Amino acid sequence: MSTLLEKLALLADAAKYDASCASSGATRRDSTQGKGVGSAGGMGICHSYAPDGRCISLLKLLLTNRCLYDCHYCINRRSSNVRRAAFTSQEVVRLTLDFYKRNYIEGLFLSSGIVRSADHTMEQLVEVARTLREDHDFRGYIHLKTIPEASPGLIEKAARFADRISLNLELPVQESLDRFAPEKNLARTKQAMGRIRLRLDEAADRRKNGDRSLRHATGQSTQVIVGADASTDADFLARSEELYQSYRLRRVYYSAFSPIPEPSAILPAKPAPLLREHRLYQADWLMRFYGFQRSEITSASQPNLDLHLDPKLAWALRHREQFPLDLRTATREQLLRIPGLGPRNVDRLLAIRRHAPIRLIDLARLRVSLDKVRPFLITADHRPPAAELDSDRLLARFAPKPEQLELFC
Amino acid sequence: MRTVDPGDDFDSWRPLARQMLADGIRPEELLWQKEPGLFLGEPESPFRTSPPTPHRVPASFLRLAQVVACHSDPQRWALLYRLLWRLTAGDEPSLLSQPSDPDRVRARALEKNVRREIHKMHAFVRFRKLTDAGNTQEHYVAWFEPEHFIVKAAAPFFCKRFANMDWAILTPKGCAHWNGEHLTFSPGVSQDPFAGKDPLEEAWRTYYGSIFNPARLKTRAMQSEMPRRYWKNLPEAGLIDSLVRDSRHRLDRMVASTGSPVRSPSSLPYLDQLRAATSAPENPPATLAEIARHLAHCRRCPLAETATCAVAGEGPLSARIMIVGEQPGDREDLTGRPFIGPAGQLLDRALTTAGIPRSEIYLTHAVKHFKWTPRGKTRLHQTPNTAEIEACRPWLLAELSALTPQIVILLGATAAHSLIGPGVRVMRDRGLVSLPSLAPHVILTVHPASLLRQPSDRLSADAFNDFVADLRLALTS
Repeated sequence: MSTLLEKLALLADAAKYDASCASSGATRRDSTQGKGVGSAGGMGICHSYAPDGRCISLLKLLLTNRCLYDCHYCINRRSSNVRRAAFTSQEVVRLTLDFYKRNYIEGLFLSSGIVRSADHTMEQLVEVARTLREDHDFRGYIHLKTIPEASPGLIEKAARFADRISLNLELPVQESLDRFAPEKNLARTKQAMGRIRLRLDEAADRRKNGDRSLRHATGQSTQVIVGADASTDADFLARSEELYQSYRLRRVYYSAFSPIPEPSAILPAKPAPLLREHRLYQADWLMRFYGFQRSEITSASQPNLDLHLDPKLAWALRHREQFPLDLRTATREQLLRIPGLGPRNVDRLLAIRRHAPIRLIDLARLRVSLDKVRPFLITADHRPPAAELDSDRLLARFAPKPEQLELFC
Repeated sequence: MRTVDPGDDFDSWRPLARQMLADGIRPEELLWQKEPGLFLGEPESPFRTSPPTPHRVPASFLRLAQVVACHSDPQRWALLYRLLWRLTAGDEPSLLSQPSDPDRVRARALEKNVRREIHKMHAFVRFRKLTDAGNTQEHYVAWFEPEHFIVKAAAPFFCKRFANMDWAILTPKGCAHWNGEHLTFSPGVSQDPFAGKDPLEEAWRTYYGSIFNPARLKTRAMQSEMPRRYWKNLPEAGLIDSLVRDSRHRLDRMVASTGSPVRSPSSLPYLDQLRAATSAPENPPATLAEIARHLAHCRRCPLAETATCAVAGEGPLSARIMIVGEQPGDREDLTGRPFIGPAGQLLDRALTTAGIPRSEIYLTHAVKHFKWTPRGKTRLHQTPNTAEIEACRPWLLAELSALTPQIVILLGATAAHSLIGPGVRVMRDRGLVSLPSLAPHVILTVHPASLLRQPSDRLSADAFNDFVADLRLALTS
């Protein structure tokens, strides 16, 4: 039998491969009219950062790392020799409240290995959330990982106590799941996401009509592992686009495969480049906030993103004929295509040009990288030399510096 | 040149600035400086030269100034007065909406510093629990060293979050105290008066060390969000150096370890059930229940890849009437049930009007997966093509032969294409159709979705009546 600290070390270690840390977007509330502690709503807070650069916002735990499933990429799979442990629900409740009262965390992120059956496991997860909400009037953030194979009624119950629920897809195509996670099924996961979306829509309608009597989660998300199977970036982005559209996911998290102790023989030994994960997030953002179509980012002949160039710059270099754009006349949609300009700065530029013609100094004051944008735009005091866009020098200018790449190897 | 002491905060600066403005003193004639003793004995006399005239400033300036006033930069008062002067006497009322004006840029930068520091205080304050022997009430105390004068601005957050706790936050730039009812402030203290440790910090450090993934070292990303100056008051930060140092070694060990061989999957009834067949048989089975079960795994066309599920038909085995629609829509796709979206509701209304109970009908689609294309935030329905209709036809024929209905009602061109053939013109051929190979009676009519697209109420009412008339043919057949 392990001590509480030993269990904490094991079951936090087992939970760290879940990238999701968001604690934003919950229904706004605080503890002033209540008996317990907690507030949520609006922007989440990152209470600490680990040396892996990831924020620590939630107490991220597994209820147990015993698991029936045998997913090869997972340290907790049935055939792994890792030490096993399990929390009681009271222990998790105690830790959550103790950490929360010291302002270490925004709330709890609870997941679990599958013990006995999906339903049995789901019941235990729901019980922790119920105890926190009902017995302790906890008003902080709760994210529950749900299991696609669990009965819809239990998932619905989870959504009643949690702010966010998520189902991990892990791999974007069924063929990869068959090979790496034989108990998981794409269609089952999508059906569970579809049911959750319907419940989320109903809850949003109730809130819109002023009915706040029924507590309900406000969003769902998922995670995929990048670099464990042979799926291309195009496979990932196609699946993400579908999931955003069909199930209104708040986020798809891309997690670069990182080696685990006790690995399975069919996995790659080396970690996937973190840069690939970064490029996927950039492409995901381009589709969601910049008006890019998926077909503009990847193609059948180039299904993977360029690791050396960010996908927006890569697009601009492929479409040099559309540049330079005149900042005085270009539309918002066009401005969003200029490498180095994001939605916020584009809106600021639109505000500036109502008063005066835009100059390079305006861009500098907005902290725009002039080196990056200069070849692509015209301002009142700047016009790039015609040769600049046509020449190969442009590519050379953005070519990676070798020592930067070293960082990610 | 005049020298004025701005006082400690926005509230002390505001009346002074108002008076300077009324006196017409230009920003460059004024020095805002804390100089205790300069005006001793005559605190306000030098300025009361003219009655204050009301000046109107945008509300956005007040909000900005209140935040900027918390900054520790001694130049902030001069900057704020310059902005105030330009907004009023300088006749630049839209100054704050010019994102590249240098004064505005500077003020926004200070505002951003202050807001960030408030945010970091919300994040990095660490309470320690104190328990007096005789006192059962829990008391929490934190020590924090903010860069700016933000204690008053940051405290309300803690009142809301920890409304039912007793706590105090001590800092060199002011202290905040909450007793469950009232928030009070006291002057700053120079050092942490409670050196005692909270035993729970050990658990927190254990968590911090375990949640770190040594395979993804990114110390710069960590430091940009959690700069070193905060570390000395964070109980977990003492671990950072050793975690970084050991990470390379831990990663090397993981990469070098030989993978464990793949064992054959364990055989438990529960797992076997999860791993059960994920492919559909070549030829559809003979009963409706079997059809529905196998349909779920159909991969005869690419539509399955982007749909949630195959929507099977629904209705009693004894049904005399079978209705064939086009394909599931958004709602049908999410729920797995036919005809429950807007078109399905319209069909229900038409069936009720025609006097045909839905519960006695078998409802299904010519194509079982939802075909869609992204349009803004929604999924826009797309008409299935010939290949998709043909790929799905065996399922429909299997349903037909399992049910052997007396009457088949085909809704729209896709259903007609599937069971009659390509090139059927619904509007021309609607009504009873002779197709004894399908069923004794076959009725062709429009799809209810087309009624939703009528340009006017009158046309839509007419179309609805025509649709009901077609359905009524089933009663006389």
